[in-house]
Amino acid sequence: MNPIDSPKEYGEYVKKKAPNSPILKDCFNAFWVGGLICCIGQLIFFFCKYKGLDETSCSTVVSISLIALAIFLSAINVFNRIGKFAGAGSLIPITGFANSIVSPAMEYKSEGYVMGVGAKMFTVAGPVLVYGISASVIVGIIACLFM
Amino acid sequence: MKKLGKQTLQLDNKPSIINTAAIVGPKELNGPLAKYFDKCVEDEFWGEASWEKAESKFIKETVSTVLGKANVSSSDIDYVFAGDLLNQCISSSFGMRDTNIPFFGLFGACSTFVEGLCLGSVFIDSGACKNVLCATSSHFCSAEKQFRFPLELGNQRTPTSQWTVTGSGAAVLGKADQGPYITHITPGKIVDLGIKDANNMGAAMAPAALSTLCTHFEDTGRSPDYYDAIITGDLGHLGKDILIDLAKTKGYDIAPNYNDCGVLIFDKKTQDTHSGGSGCACIATVFSGYLYKMMKENNIKKLLLIATGALTNATTSQQGESIPGIAHAVAIEM
Amino acid sequence: MDYFQSIDWMTMLNCFIVGGLICVIGQILIDKTKLTPARILVVYVTLGAILGGLGIYKYLIDFAGCGATVPLTGFGANLAKGAIEGVKEQGLLGAFIGGVKASAGGIAAAVFFGYIASLVAKPKIKKQ
Repeated sequence: MNPIDSPKEYGEYVKKKAPNSPILKDCFNAFWVGGLICCIGQLIFFFCKYKGLDETSCSTVVSISLIALAIFLSAINVFNRIGKFAGAGSLIPITGFANSIVSPAMEYKSEGYVMGVGAKMFTVAGPVLVYGISASVIVGIIACLFM
Repeated sequence: MKKLGKQTLQLDNKPSIINTAAIVGPKELNGPLAKYFDKCVEDEFWGEASWEKAESKFIKETVSTVLGKANVSSSDIDYVFAGDLLNQCISSSFGMRDTNIPFFGLFGACSTFVEGLCLGSVFIDSGACKNVLCATSSHFCSAEKQFRFPLELGNQRTPTSQWTVTGSGAAVLGKADQGPYITHITPGKIVDLGIKDANNMGAAMAPAALSTLCTHFEDTGRSPDYYDAIITGDLGHLGKDILIDLAKTKGYDIAPNYNDCGVLIFDKKTQDTHSGGSGCACIATVFSGYLYKMMKENNIKKLLLIATGALTNATTSQQGESIPGIAHAVAIEM
Repeated sequence: MDYFQSIDWMTMLNCFIVGGLICVIGQILIDKTKLTPARILVVYVTLGAILGGLGIYKYLIDFAGCGATVPLTGFGANLAKGAIEGVKEQGLLGAFIGGVKASAGGIAAAVFFGYIASLVAKPKIKKQ
């Protein structure tokens, strides 16, 4: 091996040397856990529909139920194990959003209920709301222009 | 005391490491070195209300343990050199606030323990001080909270990421007829080869370790085989392999007697720690618990201890800065 | 009820496959780009809002049901859909009201349950 002096050479060397994530295994786990979470949602959806709710309300009940489930699993210290195993499989569904709200809330309880729990709750999920809501407003304004 | 070459100080009055102590947390309790530590605590809160308070308790209890083992009272300690990873070094200052010992708070990231040994040994070598105390701590949970993600967040750690050691290590230095003695110190320069991935500290710090290692050999005229063991702080599995490679390019073959505390403290296969241990407590506990006993039992007679640190925080990495590394070395001989 | 059951399993299958594939794309992003979870979620919600705004995402929802609505792209698409409906009812004012209104249930549930959980639960280290 030749001596390494420049950041560029070192960066390339480290990239080659560093172990890669086991991407096939990760993707397989993400696929079936992610699919399963969506199917649990679909079962709840069908149940609501069977009980006579309209489709919009069914979707909302699905969201709220999955959020409640994810937060319960986070509170009993189980969700991070699922997340470690499934990666994007539990992050991308609404369960990941719920977990990203409850995990800093639990973590920062030691700094009090206002500036700890209240303020830090949105450290991970805040950007999601900022970009999601902003994008929806832009979509609305564009729609307004075309109507 | 005299200066050798560019960076090394040779200490002529033989500052001795009188005794050491190490207390570790629950993950380390299940690691391969558990039997060498003075105490393993199963509860990461250690009965406290927060991880920060628990980390302060770690350093406080470790200091009182080492004072007991060295059979000196806190009033016999001239100065304490302590540091940790939390903002403004709160674990050390809060842990030491009731001790009444003049206090130097150090920050050298994970290199702080050896930074403390460097400064402490010079204070002893000067002849003006009788005893000094060096201590550092780190805590997995408080470090994750400050530098990375909430503990309950369901994310995946990358293969190059390392696991912050929960615990504290402390050493009392003084004048004594018994070794091990600190014979040379080589404080390091800041080296940055442009690594930006905060989950790859080993690669970020390895060039700094190389710089200090080579400078130490040039300044002292020694070669790697002079030492029975060359031990770095927390380069982890990847950083260890990188350092071996890099040293070879400079003409030093360190592979036969080289290891890393981050590799030693956890079992990679069963403990799921990815690239190994890290944190101020990594080298502090492995040296104070394991290596010091090896030296006392004459299994290691000449040790080169190199602590590595990544001088970064969450703000600099969000601003896209690369990670500057540092490494300090001390030669410890019986 | 018989008719219902037959649709059931086809939608279920589509739901599983589409939901799974949306997650696989996210996993490839995580492993290949080292994006943090917050960034991945932002990418997904924004992408969902764009696809929803363009009217494309509803075809995916028709095909896969919760396989399209449960992933965060569905959350984004729902925000966009709500904004467009709001505009239809109230004009420009609806652009500001519609999105959040449509997803208010999810946001309020996450905040409320999250707060309750933080009162009773404590984070814990993985020991082994």
